[in-house]
Amino acid sequence: MADKYNYTIMKKESLADSIYLMDIKAPRVSRHCYPGQFIIVKMDEKGERIPLTICDYDREAGTVTIVFQAIGSSTKRMAEYEAGDAFEDFTGPLGRRSELIDMPRGELKKKRILYVAGGVGTAPVYPQVKWLKQNGYEADCIIGARNKDFVILEDRIKEQVKDLYLCTDDGSYGFHGNVCDCIRDLIENKGKHYDIIVAIGPMIMMKFVCILTKELGIKTIVSMNPVMVDGTGMCGACRLTIGGKIKFACVDGPEFDGHLVNFDEAMKRSQMYKSQEGRAMLRETEGDTHHHPGCECHES
Amino acid sequence: MDVLKKVPVKEQNPKVRATNFDEVCYGYNFDEAKQEASRCLQCKNPKCVAGCPVSINIPGFIKEIGNGNMEAAFQEISKYSALPAVCGRVCPQETQCEQRCIRGIKGEPVSIGKLERFAADWARENKIEPKKPHATNGRKVAVIGAGPSGLTCAGDLAKLGYEVTIFEALHEPGGVLVYGIPEFRLPKNTVVKAEIENVKALGVKIETNVIIGKSITIDELIEEEGFEAVFIGSGAGLPKFMGIPGENANGVFSANEYLTRSNLMKAFDDSYDTPIIAGRKVAVVGGGNVAMDAARTALRLGADVTIVYRRSEAELPARAEEVHHAKEEGIKLQTLTNPKEILVNENGWVCGMRCVKMELGEPDETGRKKPIEKKGSEFVLEADTVIMALGTSPNPLISSTTKGLDTNKYRCIIADEENGQTTKMGVFAGGDAVTGSATVILAMGAGKAAAKGIDQYLQNNE
Ligand SMILES: Cc1cc2nc3c(=O)[nH]c(=O)nc-3n(C[C@H](O)[C@H](O)[C@H](O)COP(=O)(O)OP(=O)(O)OC[C@H]3O[C@@H](n4cnc5c(N)ncnc54)[C@H](O)[C@@H]3O)c2cc1C
Ligand SMILES: Cc1cc2nc3c(=O)[nH]c(=O)nc-3n(C[C@H](O)[C@H](O)[C@H](O)COP(=O)(O)OP(=O)(O)OC[C@H]3O[C@@H](n4cnc5c(N)ncnc54)[C@H](O)[C@@H]3O)c2cc1C
Ligand code: SF4
Ligand code: SF4
Ligand code: FES
Repeated sequence: MADKYNYTIMKKESLADSIYLMDIKAPRVSRHCYPGQFIIVKMDEKGERIPLTICDYDREAGTVTIVFQAIGSSTKRMAEYEAGDAFEDFTGPLGRRSELIDMPRGELKKKRILYVAGGVGTAPVYPQVKWLKQNGYEADCIIGARNKDFVILEDRIKEQVKDLYLCTDDGSYGFHGNVCDCIRDLIENKGKHYDIIVAIGPMIMMKFVCILTKELGIKTIVSMNPVMVDGTGMCGACRLTIGGKIKFACVDGPEFDGHLVNFDEAMKRSQMYKSQEGRAMLRETEGDTHHHPGCECHES
Repeated sequence: MDVLKKVPVKEQNPKVRATNFDEVCYGYNFDEAKQEASRCLQCKNPKCVAGCPVSINIPGFIKEIGNGNMEAAFQEISKYSALPAVCGRVCPQETQCEQRCIRGIKGEPVSIGKLERFAADWARENKIEPKKPHATNGRKVAVIGAGPSGLTCAGDLAKLGYEVTIFEALHEPGGVLVYGIPEFRLPKNTVVKAEIENVKALGVKIETNVIIGKSITIDELIEEEGFEAVFIGSGAGLPKFMGIPGENANGVFSANEYLTRSNLMKAFDDSYDTPIIAGRKVAVVGGGNVAMDAARTALRLGADVTIVYRRSEAELPARAEEVHHAKEEGIKLQTLTNPKEILVNENGWVCGMRCVKMELGEPDETGRKKPIEKKGSEFVLEADTVIMALGTSPNPLISSTTKGLDTNKYRCIIADEENGQTTKMGVFAGGDAVTGSATVILAMGAGKAAAKGIDQYLQNNE
């Protein structure tokens, strides 16, 4: 799989069971990307275009970091690649950069920000808190996971934030409960105040965080990950209903005002290819009819 | 032989081809091409040429075919067009070159498209390449988008000695030729790839996976990478939706998505990873080439397909040949019908489409009779999949990231038709990005005009 392709894997790391981090050599993307944006990777001629959020970048080394969870046939195939191998295509940066980056500095200074990361969604939170820290701001962060084994990037995020909170569904690490319980606990029992919450994780988690923050009256930004094909605005596969209007996540997002997102529709749409994909898996792994219903991580 | 009629062309049997993605039309063989060429009257004042947006010397190349000199025929066409095997297949000849052909006054016009295709196919099969340019002049020009307009502009500039790099957002060059128009109408590996290779053989570099406006901006190309002029041929890829209830249900696709999955991502071939939901009962909304292509793709994937179009059959904007082929293959036309709502089941999937019948009223501003709803004529069309083929508009990605580049109210880039000059110095544009969705050959014509414009601009700016 190596040589003949351009986008070399410089480093591969296993962060948790079936969650991998890779640094990819892609100078054009690295030079122009910002937190909040994503890339599309296509492994080889027969591969599909897989959207993944940018988790870090090193403009000097010309690399971009991605973190992915091997859940379906494509991401499982990708997990078989090792450092030194290369991908055929790696496009980006796609989507808009995080809204906070473009906020006037004086205004940003006044905001008390809480990041809420769910499962593999912890990875895209990292470049955002890192950017904030580099620019002299500090946010708080909650990392939520199903259990201790699925908490990723804890040390790296800790260095970039003021207060880091952990919570697990089974109580095996940190606060016992889901991220919503944890947010409520911080606000109601720990005397915390927030002006903006940025929630990134499984759609179901983002939905419930938004229901809660609406009740609490806190502006909430979410990062949507609907099914995509081109990622440039050409196919409309990624369309969402935001405040009653059709928006394309790949060009108008992926970040949106969480209180305007129609999550129920988005969740139905994201299931569209699952049964299809189940069949592809069946072909490959004879007899194994099992297919993961969605994300392995924390479902609040 | 009846000189009033075209030499018939062999096609795949409709019943057979409805189940495969192989090319529908086989094209002429050597003898058939010679015979058809003999029908050309070699007019002193050839009207056909005026009907061709790139003014191919039609009697010139047909004469060579008539003499059996196929290489000369190909080289003659190559002076004007970089994509003859493509245009011979997809040009709407009936409204362009062939419409003006003198033979058409009494009887059928000369089959110019099929002859052009033959010359190009013959050249490819016999490994003939277009003539290469001489030395380069070392001046760099950037072209955005590897569709017909970009490829043509790049090829023409390379012939003039410029160092041209095409930046393409997708992983493969070709634009609509690779993501939109299906394999059975335009084979990708044999025809499209080969013609792109011919452009590369002229010295044009193609860098894929670069999205101008995201990976790099036009200003950066000029200031940081040393490009002295830029041509924008980014097409009109943004799909429209109707805005009716149920349009975001599972099972509703834009034609672009459906076609991209099948063509660019090869979802019709099981060995590729990208999935496609083919549908069992598919309703395609629209009446252009895009609608025909989506419908015929769905048919080949095993669906029962109905095209829903709000005007009558006579107004269908698709190429005549495609409508004819679609009907032959068993696609149903539900004309004078407009969707009102997509019905959705409890799981969020399409379960039908509520439609209303239309009738044609007074002509509107475009001169076409305006369809109006017939009261009380609503009915439910059975469907589990709906494909929206309502047209597209230019993507604002480039115009919104380039200072000084003006667009009109349809988001089309404003450019001079003569030379492609936009409102920004050194930046030129053409094709669908300027006109909105049109045709391959018009996009190529615009690419040609801009190549001339860029050459002139750079000569004045030594
Ligand atoms: C903007 C964006 C950012 C993302 N960032 C990350 C990330 O940083 N890390 C990570 O692990 N995952 C991320 N995802 C999700 C990731 O793209 C999907 O997990 C992956 O495409 C699933 O492919 P699969 O075949 O392995 O899995 P399956 O779940 O079996 O997918 C089945 C099919 O559904 C489609 N599909 C399902 N879910 C998605 C989805 N969410 N997005 C796109 N296509 C989907 C694909 O076409 C696929 O063929 C992101 C998605 C988007 C849109
Ligand atoms: C399904 C379908 C069927 C058709 N059938 C016919 C037919 O039979 N006959 C006919 O004459 N016409 C047909 N057309 C219309 C015809 O294909 C178009 O008019 C023609 O392709 C326009 O050429 P273009 O070069 O302007 O743009 P395109 O072919 O659209 O190419 C534009 C290219 O630019 C790239 N691009 C866009 N934005 C960027 C960016 N920011 N950075 C880098 N690259 C970018 C795109 O990825 C694309 O590759 C059809 C169109 C469709 C969709
Ligand atoms: S390029 Fe198109 S319009 Fe011109 S001669 Fe060929 S088929 Fe006719
Ligand atoms: S108008 Fe018709 S007959 Fe005359 S030169 Fe052109 S193709 Fe030949
Ligand atoms: S992914 Fe195709 S339009 Fe967004």
